[in-house]
Amino acid sequence: MSAQANGWSHFAHEADIGLAASGPSLGDVFERVATAMTGAITDPELVRTNEKVTVHCEAPDIELLLVEWLNALVFEMATRGMLFGRFEVRIDGCRLVGTAWGEKISRERHHPAVEVKGATYTGLSVHRRGGSWVARCVVDV
Amino acid sequence: MELSRLEKVSPFEWRIAPHGEMRVPAVLYGDEQLIRDMDDKVYEQVTNVATLPGIVTASYAMPDAHWGYGFPIGGVAAFDPEAGGVVSAGGVGFDISCGVRTMVTGLKREDVEPVKEELADTLFAAIPAGLGSTGEISLSDAEMTAMLAGGARWAVDRGFGAPADLDRIEESGCMPGAMPDCVSDRARQRQRREMGTLGSGNHYLEIQEIVRIHDGDAARAFGLAVGELVVGIHCGSRGLGHQIGTEFLRDMAIEDARLGLKLPDRELACSPIDSDLGRRYLGAMRAAINCAFANRQIIGHLVRQALCAVLPRTEATLLFDVSHNTCKVEEHTINGKARQLFVHRKGATRAFGPGHASLPGALRPIGQPVFVGGSMGTASWILAGTATSERRAFSSACHGAGRRMSRHQARKNWRGDDVVRDLAHRGTLIRSPSMRGVAEEAPAAYKDVTAVIEATHEAGLARKIAELRPLICIKG
Repeated sequence: MSAQANGWSHFAHEADIGLAASGPSLGDVFERVATAMTGAITDPELVRTNEKVTVHCEAPDIELLLVEWLNALVFEMATRGMLFGRFEVRIDGCRLVGTAWGEKISRERHHPAVEVKGATYTGLSVHRRGGSWVARCVVDV
Repeated sequence: MELSRLEKVSPFEWRIAPHGEMRVPAVLYGDEQLIRDMDDKVYEQVTNVATLPGIVTASYAMPDAHWGYGFPIGGVAAFDPEAGGVVSAGGVGFDISCGVRTMVTGLKREDVEPVKEELADTLFAAIPAGLGSTGEISLSDAEMTAMLAGGARWAVDRGFGAPADLDRIEESGCMPGAMPDCVSDRARQRQRREMGTLGSGNHYLEIQEIVRIHDGDAARAFGLAVGELVVGIHCGSRGLGHQIGTEFLRDMAIEDARLGLKLPDRELACSPIDSDLGRRYLGAMRAAINCAFANRQIIGHLVRQALCAVLPRTEATLLFDVSHNTCKVEEHTINGKARQLFVHRKGATRAFGPGHASLPGALRPIGQPVFVGGSMGTASWILAGTATSERRAFSSACHGAGRRMSRHQARKNWRGDDVVRDLAHRGTLIRSPSMRGVAEEAPAAYKDVTAVIEATHEAGLARKIAELRPLICIKG
């Protein structure tokens, strides 16, 4: 399945990488933006999902919550030396419990292209369009 | 960018008069083509910066400016604490104190050609590069604190390099005012296995041949001669800097909202210099500068060992080490009056002119070396600050060519192994753990650095000294 068919894509940014996603619920969109972030590093389908990590985030609004979620994953990837291929997010107001499944980075199998340094607030948006949710975020690589 | 929106001051300087919320004008450096090729987002971002409290003289964009986040990459802005000036975590960016170190080897190209493959393999094995690589050095909490306070001095005390190196690093290798207490546990945790690592993306380690000298006297003073080789190291403060940038950006954005400060872009999140949060950010950011100094000092030491393993008795001496993502307190003269300003350079290299008191004796008559990185196959440059650098843009110059194509597009256009083969035919050996990374960093994905250098020279930001060509490139 293509990235677009899975509800996420990358948009062009001169220096870095733009992540975009849409979905029926806010939780779906957060999961798909996270997959798009893995897609900036490697093909998410190459990542085995045999280790589970849970993170808790909160923020004053839903856009900052998206950045918190992505940055929590950046931290877990960096300190555990892992990549994540599957996500599950439960959102309650401006709080979130997220679960990520993945494995240790294998340079031979994943050929990681870049390291995500952090998620930025530039062009950041989370909003409803028609019956679905859409989100955009630029990550610094 | 539409030229009609700008006032042409000279063939290399363009001005945007203050309008809307702008407190000062914006000034862009570049020739007509460079300015025309800049994204409209650069216009938006350089004018947004001009709205920040306490900004002095102008918001500047260097000739390599491109669309960043908050500030443009290639953005320079100075703030006066006595006029309510701010410090911005987004104005420094995530890769705090990313910079370039250049070492002179005394080797000639013919010395290396017979052992080029072996040298490339040895360097690739010695210097951890790319996502998932870790350093040999693991720091305890106490050692981490000592490193954050001591910078390259800490590294020299631990046996990485020599005391003579310190004179050739900005701030003599140790950033004053660092506050390790302001660096969170999470930032420390991200750095635990990353000392002495190169990182990924556009970071590199290169063996470069000097192919042209543009200023003989300055080149001699810098120890540069045509046909000789130098080492270029481009990297920053690694995970520690990224985490500090992340945390303070969030804290500043939340605090700005609480105080009702209206910003045109949330990424411009900032705090008054004279505030608790501003002071804590400055303390943590300076600790990250020390982390970057220590990191490049360790990598420089590993490079020396690798060079000697292949070419015994090689002596690589440090020419200079300077950052291009920082906020520094500097004295600048505004309308005849000396003022202490907080100068943000995001993707812009400090370029002190001749006679600056902070430069070591041997470099002082010439001006501070400025290093402009290439992109695997393309030239890198050594420039120097000039007498006009200060009044042009608070002694700042360009830092690289800038991308002309997104990573996604580059991946569609090229395969990594083809790029490696093509560059090998042209005399540049690439070593990288990721062929996808090489495709995304393909030389043709970047703009031509020559036009950027010409504009930097002609605008009086810095002057041309030497042009370099890569022979070996280790890419993260």
